[in-house]
Amino acid sequence: MTAIIVAEGDTRYQKTLRVVGRNSHETRGSSVFKDTEHLIRLAVVLALGVVAFVGLRAAVVPKSFGQYGHYRGAAIGEIAARPIGHAGHEVCEGCHTDVVEQKKLGRHVVVPCEACHGPQAKHADDRATIKPPKLDTAVVCSRCHEANSAKPKTFPQVATADHAQGIACGTCHQPHHPKIEEAAESKPAAKPATGGKK
Amino acid sequence: MEITRRRLLLLLPAAAVAWKYIQAGTPEAAPNYKLGEHWWGMLIDIPKCIGCGSCVRACSAENDVPDGYFRTWIERYHVPDWAIERPEVESPNGGKDGFPPNQSTGKNFFVPKLCNHCADSPCTQVCPVGATFVSPDGVVLVDKNYCLGCRYCVQACPYGCRFINPKTNTAEKCTLCYHRITKGLTTACAEVCPTGARQLADLKNPNDPIHEFLKTHSVQVLKPHMATGAKVFYNGMDGSVR
Repeated sequence: MTAIIVAEGDTRYQKTLRVVGRNSHETRGSSVFKDTEHLIRLAVVLALGVVAFVGLRAAVVPKSFGQYGHYRGAAIGEIAARPIGHAGHEVCEGCHTDVVEQKKLGRHVVVPCEACHGPQAKHADDRATIKPPKLDTAVVCSRCHEANSAKPKTFPQVATADHAQGIACGTCHQPHHPKIEEAAESKPAAKPATGGKK
Repeated sequence: MEITRRRLLLLLPAAAVAWKYIQAGTPEAAPNYKLGEHWWGMLIDIPKCIGCGSCVRACSAENDVPDGYFRTWIERYHVPDWAIERPEVESPNGGKDGFPPNQSTGKNFFVPKLCNHCADSPCTQVCPVGATFVSPDGVVLVDKNYCLGCRYCVQACPYGCRFINPKTNTAEKCTLCYHRITKGLTTACAEVCPTGARQLADLKNPNDPIHEFLKTHSVQVLKPHMATGAKVFYNGMDGSVR
């Protein structure tokens, strides 16, 4: 453009320009860009690059990525699909109604079944073959009731070594209804009475 | 259709692809569970905690937590009256096997800990690949198929709630028993707590007792100065708790 304006009204310059032009781009077709096939090649390479990027991205990035945010939305479903281990006390209470009645008599009514018996979802699913193991009351009871100054003062605690002298708690106390009735009449929080009800 | 050699060769790769999907299993969507209708948190009543370790054992069993690692644990605080700012804290085996006898002087209490499921969680912000995130119902989760195991999140969590699972080499943490709460159950730790010291809370559910509790009690979150938007509320928490 500039060259044309400069050349206006001056044939000498026009002639020179034509000569220059003939030797370079003017002979090769386009008047807007020079070396068009180079540009086309570049555009094709760029377009291929874009296609490759979009294609690769679609193949590599999981479909649900970005569904809810910058993460794989399907992961939520995968995490939620894990099978449960603890059935929940409502499930236990559906069958073990006798234990529910026993627990109602004492303060252990608030203690959920699986706190002592451990995860029992498998037992709940297949009651016939999977049986929960028998518990050792010497171990299980002391987890909660072993005296410790960090426990709330109102929580019933004993130093099991002094209180039971190595006898399992279940010898005297019924775990589902732990208060010993006979002993409670004479002396609350009594020493284990021999022959106490199991 | 007759199975010719050519057809078998075509069928084999197709079967291999199908088998991959069969093995992966179809994630069972919890019926009637809508992500947008919940905003999960937890309430911990410190004066009720007896440090029995039931929650830690239940969590380990429910979630296959490797030995020596904890998604939840119990700390025992011993605060001498002359050193309120410098409490002695211990958590032998995460409190899984209970606690040995301790001093009777000073203030002694148990503090159960778990992921605080922060609304503005530092751990999810640092993840370079988008493997950890706050779900639309407010639970901080890890996508173990996407995690690189780079440990950024482990060091970003101000509460020390994350670890690298030695088997999978990916980050692991409390999921607030996401597989249970989406099925209408409570978390394993809250399920087994014999004193009700832990309670799952749905902050979006107007009928959840958490709202009445928060209105009528003085509750606190851990490290409020870090503005993480923690959603595990502690009732009766001493100022010495870190």
